[in-house]
Amino acid sequence: MGSLHVDQVTVEFPLGPNTPPVKALSNVQLEIQQGEFVVALGASGCGKSTLLNLLAGFLSPSTGQIKLNGNIVAGPGADRAVVFQKHALLPWLNVIDNVAFGLKLRGIGKSERHEIARKHLKQLGLEAFETHPVYQLSGGMQQRVGIARALASDPEILLMDEPLGALDALTREKAQELIIRIWKESSKMVFFITHSVEEALFMGTRLIVMSPRPGRITHTFDLDFSKKFLAGADARAVKASPEFIGMREQVLKIIFGDEEASGGDHV
Amino acid sequence: MSEQKKPPSNPFFGSLFKIKPTKPGEVYGVPGQGDSLLISAISALCLIGFWSLATWAGWIKPLFLPSPIAIFNKFVQVSTEGFAEKTLFEHTRISVLRVFGALILACATAIPVGLAMGMSRVMRGIFDPPIEFYRPVPPLAYLPLMIVWFGIGELAKVLLIFLSIFAPVAIGTRSGVRSAAIEQVHAAYSLGASPWQVLTQVILPAALPEIITAVRIGMGVGWTTLVAAEMVAATSGIGFMVLSASQFLQTSTVIMGIFIIAAIAYAFDMLMRFLERKLVPWKGHA
Repeated sequence: MGSLHVDQVTVEFPLGPNTPPVKALSNVQLEIQQGEFVVALGASGCGKSTLLNLLAGFLSPSTGQIKLNGNIVAGPGADRAVVFQKHALLPWLNVIDNVAFGLKLRGIGKSERHEIARKHLKQLGLEAFETHPVYQLSGGMQQRVGIARALASDPEILLMDEPLGALDALTREKAQELIIRIWKESSKMVFFITHSVEEALFMGTRLIVMSPRPGRITHTFDLDFSKKFLAGADARAVKASPEFIGMREQVLKIIFGDEEASGGDHV
Repeated sequence: MSEQKKPPSNPFFGSLFKIKPTKPGEVYGVPGQGDSLLISAISALCLIGFWSLATWAGWIKPLFLPSPIAIFNKFVQVSTEGFAEKTLFEHTRISVLRVFGALILACATAIPVGLAMGMSRVMRGIFDPPIEFYRPVPPLAYLPLMIVWFGIGELAKVLLIFLSIFAPVAIGTRSGVRSAAIEQVHAAYSLGASPWQVLTQVILPAALPEIITAVRIGMGVGWTTLVAAEMVAATSGIGFMVLSASQFLQTSTVIMGIFIIAAIAYAFDMLMRFLERKLVPWKGHA
């Protein structure tokens, strides 16, 4: 069973010799178990992207440590694949070579890596677009290629940094359902950042709400809306249910409270 | 309703830049929209026509401006009989070889140097002073030095052209290193790439459009420098032919040579554009 531990992590950014450093994250404690889908939500500047960069290994903590399956994270690696909001595909490669890119880096032969890539393209409904240039795809399809690429290298955890933020509302809802299904199939750990409360509640098995200055986790909620969806409930029906709406308003109140407390002018 | 007042319009330019409602497939208000090929063809024909008229009517003496026909005849004559013991083809070939030799040499060195400068603080620190020192100096200013050092053979000429191409290619490559989005670099690292793999498989391909543009600019500079170098110290080449013909007041050979120089430069640029379309079809889409 895989697991990820974030243990008393603090991140400070130095501002200069005469100013005290900014605390981007303060004493963050988080544990993700195999099969969990953890969603981070919070006002701008609450440190959720900092947290994702820590997990990815792009940033090292000032104090505390991060462990994946018992090993300390000290830099980026193929066991933690990142899905970005955009601009992360390689336009000189076609769809299948983008998906197979991580396998190519590992030295896996062409026919084998294409076979693996094909499996993931199929999973994401992109099998008809194998040889298309990625820059000709729509935004939603490009994100699916990004997800297929992350899955193809078979990571322990998927780190998703607002992967649906740039999509239109309709495509976004379809993509949410697709990601939940794929997560269920692969039973990987997921750490997912979003700005949408509805998306967070619908997708996660656990929600962490973060607050700025210093960035920290203030609330944690266990969720079961995605379970209802996977059990066959209609996505819109889940999102329109009284429990869902009640929870949404509760979370929104927390986040708006943070916005007001911090002046609310830094959008 | 009071009478609607039109916004003021310049009486001359207003009509030149008048915006009409667009046809399907066009976008309203795009400046300079539409194909200008036919107009360009007419413009070129008019220039040649006026040139023919001016020489035919005897307004200008052939010593200053021979007729287009005389120039074409000279082209045929130099192609078959040659100029200074070499045919036009041989002069052209040696000029093109000099430029291509220097271009290949420059690409083989300037692209790695540019990449190193873009990737490493230390390399940038080392190479910045020499490149920025010599880059703004016109090649003809250091040609005498090259001749003192390397003689008047091919080496001095090729090195001069090489230097003129090196700087723009190195600088273009260096700035091309910044073309890769940080998300692309991060994605590669998080898929397990080594720094070398990130360089060769993300940063280099992402920089390719800018490198090609730089090589295209370098090619233009190199061609300019070649002709200049051949005018100073050479016994062959297009530039030599033009300068030497001018000393014998063979104006038709001079003009013919200028046309050849222009035609080759244009062909070079077409070749580079073709390569650009083949090598970086994603340019402007990413």
